[in-house]
Amino acid sequence: MELKILMTLREQYVAFQTIVIREIRRFSRIWIQTILPAMITTALYFVIFGNLIGKQIGDMEGFRYIDYIIPGLILMSIITNSYANVVSSFYSAKFQKNIEEMLVSPVPNYVILLGFVGGGVARGMSCGIAVTLVAMFFSNTGIENIWVVFSIAVLTAVLFSLGGFINAVFAKSFDDISIVPTFVLTPLTYLGGIFYTISVLPDFWQKVSLVNPILYMVNAFRYGVLGTSDINLITSYIIVLVFIAVLFAFSLFLLEKGHGIRK
Amino acid sequence: MTIALSIKNLQKTYANGFEALKGIDLDVQQGDFFALLGPNGAGKSTTIGIVTSLINKTKGSVEIFGKDIDRDFTAAKSYLGLVPQEFNFNVFEPVQEILWNQAGYYGIERKTAEQRAERYLKQLDLWGKRRDQAGMLSGGMKRRLMIARALIHEPRLLILDEPTAGVDIEIRHSMWKFLRDINAAGTTIILTTHYLEEAENLCRNIAIIDHGQLIENTSIRALLRQLHFETFILDLEEDTSEFPIVDGFHITPIDENTIEVEIDKTKSCNVLFEQFTKHNIHVKSMRNKTNRLEQLFMHLVTESDARNGVKNTNDAA
Repeated sequence: MELKILMTLREQYVAFQTIVIREIRRFSRIWIQTILPAMITTALYFVIFGNLIGKQIGDMEGFRYIDYIIPGLILMSIITNSYANVVSSFYSAKFQKNIEEMLVSPVPNYVILLGFVGGGVARGMSCGIAVTLVAMFFSNTGIENIWVVFSIAVLTAVLFSLGGFINAVFAKSFDDISIVPTFVLTPLTYLGGIFYTISVLPDFWQKVSLVNPILYMVNAFRYGVLGTSDINLITSYIIVLVFIAVLFAFSLFLLEKGHGIRK
Repeated sequence: MTIALSIKNLQKTYANGFEALKGIDLDVQQGDFFALLGPNGAGKSTTIGIVTSLINKTKGSVEIFGKDIDRDFTAAKSYLGLVPQEFNFNVFEPVQEILWNQAGYYGIERKTAEQRAERYLKQLDLWGKRRDQAGMLSGGMKRRLMIARALIHEPRLLILDEPTAGVDIEIRHSMWKFLRDINAAGTTIILTTHYLEEAENLCRNIAIIDHGQLIENTSIRALLRQLHFETFILDLEEDTSEFPIVDGFHITPIDENTIEVEIDKTKSCNVLFEQFTKHNIHVKSMRNKTNRLEQLFMHLVTESDARNGVKNTNDAA
């Protein structure tokens, strides 16, 4: 394999910054489609599951039900929005062919990938913060460990941004970018322990739940907020980091091969 | 003389087995205004796609100002600007942001990008539209936006793939002037076009691709010298049905007062007009039937098709 001569680090940083800022501008321009729905949906969850049904459920793991579900709902908005941002932005760039703007330039593939992931993280975190602000109207729970909250939020956003990127690379139509979120992401998120502790499940379903990677993120995030988790924190970090490493390598491989973007 | 673009044995076979390029060798000199012509599907866009890294090549090498596009791709890509055939910008982005972003992909700092964007938008008469969404621009403005975008990193080699397609005559002429100016300032330009008048007006050298092979690579002047006949349309003052037979001139009536005359380039038109005067035939006006390059192009492509055993179904030019 021939060794390629790359742009200087400063030039790579400028290119990365350009892609991230362009992504932030893009989702900010259409905030009614990108930020507001997360706030409205989560507010409805808080009203229905927290205030109305939550009162019937009572406490969970020693917390008011509404307080128990808040971490999961924040993380759910981070997951869905970081994924949605990259899948829609990269697929649109493919569809409108403006991805060629980057492909003809000397920007290395990993900078393109990091730029799109950066955009996904920015939207995921923006929605996470927006949802947290909404949550403050319904709960006055504090944060147990801000570093765990922040790191898990960012790592989760990175992971699902990569997922969105891979989906966009393989997508051949706009239908293809909604299949994975609808049939894979949403079920895994709902079954990822947002609304319950897995200790309420029968043994068999507890074991099945452990296969779901979202369970580890939700529990680690809940540990950061409430100080309680079904899963060991270190295990959660390892699982998330391994997934990120695998998806990053696969995404970069697809870009290098030009899958779906170069003939 | 430095070579701006050097293509050696370039081959491309697509996944479906179609052999788009069968081994092309081409050199374009620095400072040249070069036309790359060919019928639809001949291999022009594939060649440009490979040079600009949008298409993976099967075999061969491409160097831009001596920099290999695989090994030294940062320098090679920095030397190159592309104005593609189809609009390929984000239609929702404001005009100036498209330029700033493109500069950013080349690692150009924002302040410099803003200065250059202002300069090119003013030169291309788009400054007043800088805050408009690109999708709201007219067809001609979109073309000019793509030219500004391709120039934002100040490339030494600019490739334009049918830059004036769908553009009205006035804008086409202003674009020609702009391209001549940047060529005079030192930018090497490679142009593909279906308007052969455009190639004849702008370019000094020409290559013609057909069936994935180079069938001609010479100067426009040398190519036009190959033209032995030119065809003119003559409008006559009165209805005429009988014409003199003049050696070297082949006359075909079109209607009562219009004729088509194929003229041997070795003959003087005065000979024909003298004969017409003798026969009391008065010519009101005269024009070329087709562009001269177009005649040659059709001739070369037809020959190439015959060699490849293909019926000529190309809608060339």
